[in-house]
Amino acid sequence: MLSVLAQIAILAQTVGDVEKGLSAIGAGLGYGLAAIGPGIGIGIVVGNAITAMARQPEAAGVARTTMFLGIAFTEALALIGFVVFILLLP
Amino acid sequence: MMLGLEFPPISHLFEWPDFAFQGTPLAMNKTVLIYLAAMALTVGLFLIAGARKSLVPTGLQTIAESGIDFVDSSVVKPTMSVGGEKFMPFLTSLFFFIFFINIFEVIPFVQFPGNARMAMPLLLAVVVWLIYNYQGFKNQGLGYIKSSLFPPGVPKLLYILVTPIELLQVLVIKPASLAIRLWANMVAGHLLLVTFAVLSAALWESTYVGAIAPFAVLILMTGFEILVSFLQAFIFTILTAVYIDGAVHPEH
Repeated sequence: MLSVLAQIAILAQTVGDVEKGLSAIGAGLGYGLAAIGPGIGIGIVVGNAITAMARQPEAAGVARTTMFLGIAFTEALALIGFVVFILLLP
Repeated sequence: MMLGLEFPPISHLFEWPDFAFQGTPLAMNKTVLIYLAAMALTVGLFLIAGARKSLVPTGLQTIAESGIDFVDSSVVKPTMSVGGEKFMPFLTSLFFFIFFINIFEVIPFVQFPGNARMAMPLLLAVVVWLIYNYQGFKNQGLGYIKSSLFPPGVPKLLYILVTPIELLQVLVIKPASLAIRLWANMVAGHLLLVTFAVLSAALWESTYVGAIAPFAVLILMTGFEILVSFLQAFIFTILTAVYIDGAVHPEH
């Protein structure tokens, strides 16, 4: 009888750990997946900005400013994923 | 034997104890001190630099004038079409205030970016939201609602999709993304620096030689964080300018 209760107590404890473990996996997976899109997006933005600056050096200032604007917009999405990761920390 | 790194809990990195006026709304902690110091630096910089008003600037006046010229040429001129000069004082103060709050991340003995707490980014985002909506209504009257929710050049049927998105953009996403972008960048930078510092300290205590690599990375990351502090202040300012310009001069 006591050993059965002890077994149930141990089981309950591990179930709690399973939940924490799954939450940690979800947090990491969430941020990891959220960082793929903006990573590719920022690469595209900067690549096109470099092409623009190379084709027309007089427009380099405008291209550079617009590039920073584009980076800010796409990076915001990755940072929202980071916020979800921070919120899910135990 | 536990072979692991004792990383402090996250609340130790971002929550500071109140050291004065505890319990009252005016409680002072490290973050409040950083905000007040940044305010004093911004006000002091321009008051002292503008006191002599010499035609050929010297010393502090050179720094202040080059700062104003930077905001004028990189933020206002490329983004605001007409009437942007009215917003120069606001945008310059915003840029310098955010930059001084951010730069405390790398200053020794302080080493905490004030914008890693959501108070100031949220407040600044709300201020910017109030300003661009007020400017929109002041310059276009009630046509502001029509020009921002129903952008021209969209096929009539797509308005069912575009208008709720634009409403969400104007009301929620623009200020929220401004605040979250600034806050999350500062949090991530602070976590990065703390991670490498804790690693260097722990490796120094166990094996003296092993601390070279994380310490070198810590130095590089500190330089990177100086760039990020400046960049985030610049991006907040230029996005504010873009939103104000979009409210005052809608595209047609």
